[in-house]
Amino acid sequence: MPEENGALCFENVVITRGGKPLIALDARIEPGDVLTVMGPSGSGKSTLLNFAAGFLPPAFSAKGRVTIGGEEITRLPAHERHLGLLFQDPLLFPHISVEGNLLFAVPQHVRGRKARRERVAAALAEVELDGFGPRDPATLSGGQKARVALMRVLLAEPRALLLDEPFSRLDPDLRAQVRRLVFGKARERGLPTLLVTHDAADAESAGGVLVKIGDPA
Amino acid sequence: MLRFAPALTIAILIGPVAAGIIGTLLPAFGYLPALGGDDFGLEPFHALFSTPGIATSIRLSIVNGLGAAAGAFLIVIAFTAAFEGTRTFTQIHRLLSPLLSVPHAAAAFGLAFLIAPSGFVLRLLSPWATGLDRPPDVLILNDPGGIAMTAGLIAKEAPFLFLMMLAALPQSQSRESRQLATTLGYRRATGWLLTVLPRVYPQIRLPVFAVIAYSISVVDVAMILGPTTPAPLAVRLTQWMSDPDLTLRFQASAGALLQLGLAVAAIALWIAGERFAALLGRRWIEAGTRSIGDGLIATIGASAMALIVTGMILGGVAIGLWSFAGFWPFPDALPQTLSAANWTANLPRAADTIAITAGLGLAAAFVAVALALACLENETRRNLAIEHRRLALLYLPLLVPQIAFLFGLQILFLLVGLDASVYGVAGAHLVFVLPYVFLALSDPWRALDPRYGRIATAIGARPARVFWRVRFPLALRAVATAGALGFAVSVAQYLPTVLIGAGRVETVTTEAVALASGGDRRLIAIYACLQMLLPFAGFLLAGAITGFAFRNRHALRTAS
Repeated sequence: MPEENGALCFENVVITRGGKPLIALDARIEPGDVLTVMGPSGSGKSTLLNFAAGFLPPAFSAKGRVTIGGEEITRLPAHERHLGLLFQDPLLFPHISVEGNLLFAVPQHVRGRKARRERVAAALAEVELDGFGPRDPATLSGGQKARVALMRVLLAEPRALLLDEPFSRLDPDLRAQVRRLVFGKARERGLPTLLVTHDAADAESAGGVLVKIGDPA
Repeated sequence: MLRFAPALTIAILIGPVAAGIIGTLLPAFGYLPALGGDDFGLEPFHALFSTPGIATSIRLSIVNGLGAAAGAFLIVIAFTAAFEGTRTFTQIHRLLSPLLSVPHAAAAFGLAFLIAPSGFVLRLLSPWATGLDRPPDVLILNDPGGIAMTAGLIAKEAPFLFLMMLAALPQSQSRESRQLATTLGYRRATGWLLTVLPRVYPQIRLPVFAVIAYSISVVDVAMILGPTTPAPLAVRLTQWMSDPDLTLRFQASAGALLQLGLAVAAIALWIAGERFAALLGRRWIEAGTRSIGDGLIATIGASAMALIVTGMILGGVAIGLWSFAGFWPFPDALPQTLSAANWTANLPRAADTIAITAGLGLAAAFVAVALALACLENETRRNLAIEHRRLALLYLPLLVPQIAFLFGLQILFLLVGLDASVYGVAGAHLVFVLPYVFLALSDPWRALDPRYGRIATAIGARPARVFWRVRFPLALRAVATAGALGFAVSVAQYLPTVLIGAGRVETVTTEAVALASGGDRRLIAIYACLQMLLPFAGFLLAGAITGFAFRNRHALRTAS
């Protein structure tokens, strides 16, 4: 067993629905690495993410454990798991500004209005969105929204990234760009990343281990 | 024809309110020639403000009314924040939906039967826990502080707001927002309050305003549970309005205008509260506060909801028991004998009242459904977009306190000879039935897949045929349910029936409220039962109609 270094591990995870096994995964994702789970819709790949993040619907049951850096997270309540989750849609909160969206994510240990705002400004600068803070999220382009959504996740200081087809709603020319950005940031910060997708190009771009799963039920 | 439906609907919604307010305004300033008021002046207001106890009446109206609305709102918010998406949430939904059709007065009687000194709760606890063998001599019902009344209003308004919330949630991406907030480390209820509430609230704002306007001017619940010396403003106004001394109508009209002012003030106060809450929420968002008393929110939400549901159900049981009760001395938990004697003795006498109640309800529901369908079909044929301003119009009769325009309407009906007639009362019911029917029908109608109609049209069907053969059958379930809801709303109407009917059109609701002061629990129980049974029968009938029409149509029989 290698020494614990913040890797994301799925240990004998099996998810069943009504007694029938749906998906199984036993894998270790090193910091900065990406594991891609590829399968058609209905194959239960999103359920796997929901299980790791703590949102498994009651109709499913799961065995096995998920750990980060040796700590079992499947015992923790969802809000204490510190996972960064990116969905198909950027899901920026429409009722607050771009800056408000990002401030929402900055951890509480960053105290003081000034310090919090500085973090947000730095995050915006990091994705070339300087000065976008006061903007209404609805006025942003698709690529800008995706970048804000990514920074919102990263500002919360996650220990791992879970990506649920985050590129599938983007225009093809944007897709490659956002992909590079997301995987680059994950590597930069040494985050183990789990990507579920049905798009072979996503898997290829991720460059890590690829797990293909079954036929749709 | 269809083109005029929206105008007619708007006329029905606005006309009576506008005419009624004018009819209230004139006598409030002393002008009503029929009663000898020829000069404008402030005399009615002097008379109003010099009435003994008027300050207390005003305080009861605004403090308890606003308190009830805020209580119901906060309970719904706390419960939804802490439990949305859980099994508890679904279960409470199932339990609350049928309770919504229980008329206010029946719910108030249920609560009265529970918490009275000789009520169900103390009977269950006595003598083993309380040591009481006779009812304690305390004023629990009609308490001078109006606590019982406020509780009764909360118990009835919380289910309403909850169902409004349920209708709004699917349009708010609530699940995704909640999960996202959770992955960022936010506790469940806190995440909901900071990310979902700001998006849901605009959609339930008008219903909240309607609850405020209703609660501060409520009459029937206040007569059953509220203080009597003095009573809340609206109750006293109603008494003056029904007084044989016609000169009291001037000060009653002035009071009705004051009631309107109170509603405006209460809603303004609420809006100030909204601003403050938004400011607070923004602070929390910017500070990244991960939990703002999550455990407390969940505890309050769950216990208050549980209390409301069990209270309403136990209240219904108590009403049912009393209607069949023989000898039932305190502190026995159950009657010593049960018999149908109360029913057999009183039902024949109630037959006319039941028939009038059902007739009024059917007429109002039928006209409301027809108008709503005509408006919606017009919208569909012309491909009109839905305007939000129109929606506010729909709420108008619910946002203006009933009492503020029913007085004037009564006087107008008096002038045209429609007072004390069932037609006048049915017309007044329609004003309040129409908004609910429209709201219940419009969402399912607009959710119909427009491609069905397009296919039929492409085949060559005329618009009328597309409506009757395609859209109407597809919407039949919603139409029947909206009709049943309209019927239930009509059955529950107290003030319009009493005022426009001049006390001569009797429904099960006016009878039940009239019996409140008498204290014959068995008779009250029978009328309260009828109040609950009639709406129930309406929904049963609606279900039967759809079930029969779609007996061989699996897809529609099980449709949502």
